[in-house]
Amino acid sequence: MIFVSVGTQLAFDRMIKAVDQWAGKRGRKDVFAQVGPTEYSARHIEAVPFISPKDCMTKMRAADVIVAHAGMGSIIGALELGKPILIMPRRADLGEHRNDHQLATARRFAELGKVAVAMDEHELMQRLDSLGDLGIGDRISPFASPRLTAAVRAFIHGQPIPAQRESVRVESVNA
Amino acid sequence: MVSKGKRPRVLAVASSGGHWVQLRRLRQAFEDCDLAYLTTDPGYRHDVGAARFYTTKDANRWNKVALAMSALKIAWVVLKERPDVVVTTGAAPGYFALRFAKLIGARTMWVDSIANVEELSMSGRMASKHVDACLTQWPHLANANIQHEGAVL
Repeated sequence: MIFVSVGTQLAFDRMIKAVDQWAGKRGRKDVFAQVGPTEYSARHIEAVPFISPKDCMTKMRAADVIVAHAGMGSIIGALELGKPILIMPRRADLGEHRNDHQLATARRFAELGKVAVAMDEHELMQRLDSLGDLGIGDRISPFASPRLTAAVRAFIHGQPIPAQRESVRVESVNA
Repeated sequence: MVSKGKRPRVLAVASSGGHWVQLRRLRQAFEDCDLAYLTTDPGYRHDVGAARFYTTKDANRWNKVALAMSALKIAWVVLKERPDVVVTTGAAPGYFALRFAKLIGARTMWVDSIANVEELSMSGRMASKHVDACLTQWPHLANANIQHEGAVL
């Protein structure tokens, strides 16, 4: 099953239309999409505007692959479950978001190699044809880096933030 | 300042979606705290175990009426909780929570979302003028006022 999500706020029809067309062309019957507040009626995929956090988790667990906007909820959710994820960034000039931070997010996470990225709907359809190549990621830890956790804990208890070297794991993310 | 032997009262705040996912990844830092969460989706109640749990309507700066209603609810939660510390990963609800919390003497921390790779978020920039600690998750965005202390990943 392919689970598609546009996140909790806005529709993202450019991505949903591309997935819908692709599913029709390829005869895929196993695509479930959370599409946000949209007028677009998908013809080839099962679409709901919103799902609860619990149902979202159930769908993500059941999915072989996740396709999503370049939102951190989707990206971190997939990494925590070790699911392959293909992301496509929203663009502010098309009214898809208030700014272009998803473009930067997508580029950075593509560099890390843990996430597959399609920069537009054409690339998305191409990458959907080779979903098998996404591979299966390792599950990441469900917790923030030890350094950040220690810094927040120290702040809460009114202690100085401990001097700490960047861990290898954090450096790989911040590369 | 937290008095000795007393568990600090913490109010942890985040909007739904990526902000919430990042806040929850900090939960080890909230161990040994008297903890309450404030978010925008009632569905997250199942995530938080025994911690107290509040919600407010999702609102952003593009909808002023919803934003004002949300701010009132957040003020009520802050007054009820009387936190020693507020930690937030954004966005708008976190900003309001830390502004109100400052008024009652709480210490406040903003952790800007890892999604903000090129610059701090708008709410993060606003928050940075008022918080006790403002953290970015990207080393290249750190400066005299904004610390980098690792990331949620």
